[in-house]
Amino acid sequence: MSLFAKYKFNGGLKLAGHKKISMQEKIADATIPAQLIVPLQQHIGRVAKPIVNIGDKVLKGQCIACLGDNKNNTVTAAIHAPSSGEVIAIEQHVIPSMLKQTGDCITIKTDGKDTWHNDINPINDPLSLDNDSLKQIIFEAGIVGLGGAGFPTHLKLTTKNSNKEKPIDTLIINAAECEPYITCDAALIQEQATRIIQGIQFIQHALKIKKCIIGIEDNKPQAIKALELALDDKTQEQIEITQVPTRYPAGGEKQLIQVLTGKQIPINKLPRDLGMICHNVATTYAVANAILDGTPLIERIVTVTGDNIEHPKNMRVLFGTLMSEVLNSCGYTESNNQDIIMGGPMMGIHLDSANYPVIKTTNCILVKNNKTKTDPLPCIRCGECARVCPANLLPQQLFWYSRSKDYDRLQEHQIFSCIECGCCDYVCPSHIPLVQFYRFAKNEIWTQESDKKISDHARERHEYRQYRLERKKAEDAERKAKKKALLNKKQGIDTSADDAKKSAIEAALQRVKEKQTAVPKNTSHLTVEQQKKIKEVDRRRSNKINPAAIDTTTKNTIKPKDDNNG
Amino acid sequence: MLTAIIALSVLAVVFGLLLGFAAIRYKVKTNPVVDQIDALLPQTQCGQCTYPGCRPYAEAIAADEADINQCPPGGQTTILALADLLGKDPKPLNDEHGEHAEKTVVYIDENVCIGCTLCIQACPVDAILGAAKLMHTVIASECTGCDLCIPPCPVDCIHIIPAVEDTKKISVKLPIAPLLINESDQ
Repeated sequence: MSLFAKYKFNGGLKLAGHKKISMQEKIADATIPAQLIVPLQQHIGRVAKPIVNIGDKVLKGQCIACLGDNKNNTVTAAIHAPSSGEVIAIEQHVIPSMLKQTGDCITIKTDGKDTWHNDINPINDPLSLDNDSLKQIIFEAGIVGLGGAGFPTHLKLTTKNSNKEKPIDTLIINAAECEPYITCDAALIQEQATRIIQGIQFIQHALKIKKCIIGIEDNKPQAIKALELALDDKTQEQIEITQVPTRYPAGGEKQLIQVLTGKQIPINKLPRDLGMICHNVATTYAVANAILDGTPLIERIVTVTGDNIEHPKNMRVLFGTLMSEVLNSCGYTESNNQDIIMGGPMMGIHLDSANYPVIKTTNCILVKNNKTKTDPLPCIRCGECARVCPANLLPQQLFWYSRSKDYDRLQEHQIFSCIECGCCDYVCPSHIPLVQFYRFAKNEIWTQESDKKISDHARERHEYRQYRLERKKAEDAERKAKKKALLNKKQGIDTSADDAKKSAIEAALQRVKEKQTAVPKNTSHLTVEQQKKIKEVDRRRSNKINPAAIDTTTKNTIKPKDDNNG
Repeated sequence: MLTAIIALSVLAVVFGLLLGFAAIRYKVKTNPVVDQIDALLPQTQCGQCTYPGCRPYAEAIAADEADINQCPPGGQTTILALADLLGKDPKPLNDEHGEHAEKTVVYIDENVCIGCTLCIQACPVDAILGAAKLMHTVIASECTGCDLCIPPCPVDCIHIIPAVEDTKKISVKLPIAPLLINESDQ
């Protein structure tokens, strides 16, 4: 039995589903192409490093790129050969990514035999394995979140969590698939519900949690039915299927958790901090395959749909297959005025051609006829965007601040909580490409932050160099002094004798100085007459200085002299 | 009377000790403004501002001896940030000191290098590795692109190359959105 969700999230949009287009046919296997161009980065995290060389023969499922340390706590994912053949190139190729234009890819020329590698070992008794060995299997299988973000799954199998009071107790399986056109998860559930339930059980076992909620939009009755049928009496107690109202973006992680549990994930927190872990439904299928069959992640279900496609359907496509080949096998007719989108119409990546390889996060290849683009008009502050924002942000304010590049304000307004769902874009009556503004601003903030890191590193190195040079100087000076002392000792010159000499010289200098500055003292032993004479002279001299006194005194003293002479 | 005097002097002593302790304990060793300015500078240590490094330039700005528009590697972004911090009017980069350019690093042509170590001594961030009469090489990830190692090189074996990122990033451009109706008509 399935339940109905009790809660809801703010905002969101009711969109036309267009899901029936691609649900007419069963999942078809795509043919093995002559060449597979396998990107080394199909996930979030560090780029895998190739471990094969040009000219090497590879077998299907053989690991061709990984990070050497082989630790199941690194943010990376291994890449495997999707089919057997020969590596003919390791070079840059365009990759479908929001952030990068090109990336290193391994090109495999397939031999058509599709021979499996020997290392493919199914696990007989998976539920007897402990958490770490399950994690290792999933890490080695290169499984990433297949919902669209491509976050390595092994990292979401740890029970570690920052909040000690709230241990992880709920597994949430995201089967909402809220974007229009995309049906790959629904098709997978309809055909492989049992495997999916098995995958869920393995994840539950790895995380040691009993409770699981599968969130699925109510516009997929057949998929819901298939899931219900796949549950037996035992699993029914643990796994709960909950229908959520069809409302875009109900498949966003935070939105789905809110709808299912009524809890909001705070800013800068993860679901695990609230005791929940969320996995995509296709990921659980990949986990089941990796454990039950031992097969790594080398293919996925891709919805091929849209305009100008004769047989829209879901296809099982090997990674590295060019999108043009997938499109052609569905009867696609090329025309100039077309948009090729990887993903859905709301959040998908618009590609300039079909010359891109299918990667782990390619859930849909959508072809849409270009509508005549309306030029943006000025913002009239109608507030529609704020009404539909599922992250409870103020898109209009974010728009103004992005426009004026006011990054501090943007961060105050929590631009990084924006999930870029595109609801604000969709409702904007002025056709302002709001999400592009936010992407621009986020990119700028990231660039600034990385620049800051680089300059901090340079400062540290510069300061250390400065310190090193100074230390060297001090050390040199010290060494010199020591050497001199040692030399003196060797030559038998006692430093104490040296000191005595120095003090002798100093004393002599002192004496000379005293002599120079000393006033001659020849007035001490004088007779009375001499003293009288000196007094007289002194008086005369003082009178000379004082002209008023001259008339009276000098005349008197000089005149008698003249008389005597005459 | 006496109690009041005693009480006040005791209080004076207590607060005096408290202030003295605080002055030692929470002593600000360097001028905090210098640190703030230094944090905004790009730390290339290139000396194009005429000061021997970013910190001396920051000290000069703090002492009002230098203008805020003398840092070519930082460009307009740094000028705006400094203007914002110091409450000054932003102005265009003074082209006497050079022009703002994309980040570069240097590369040593190892066939030509004679191992003179002159560039190692010139490098402000210790980004050149090598020893006397042995080949030198630049650690590209540590190179700030200051180009200070180029003039001392006696054999001109150091070349400027653009700094490479791991893969080509998509440059996100600021989309166009008019502010007024007239603007969109044009």
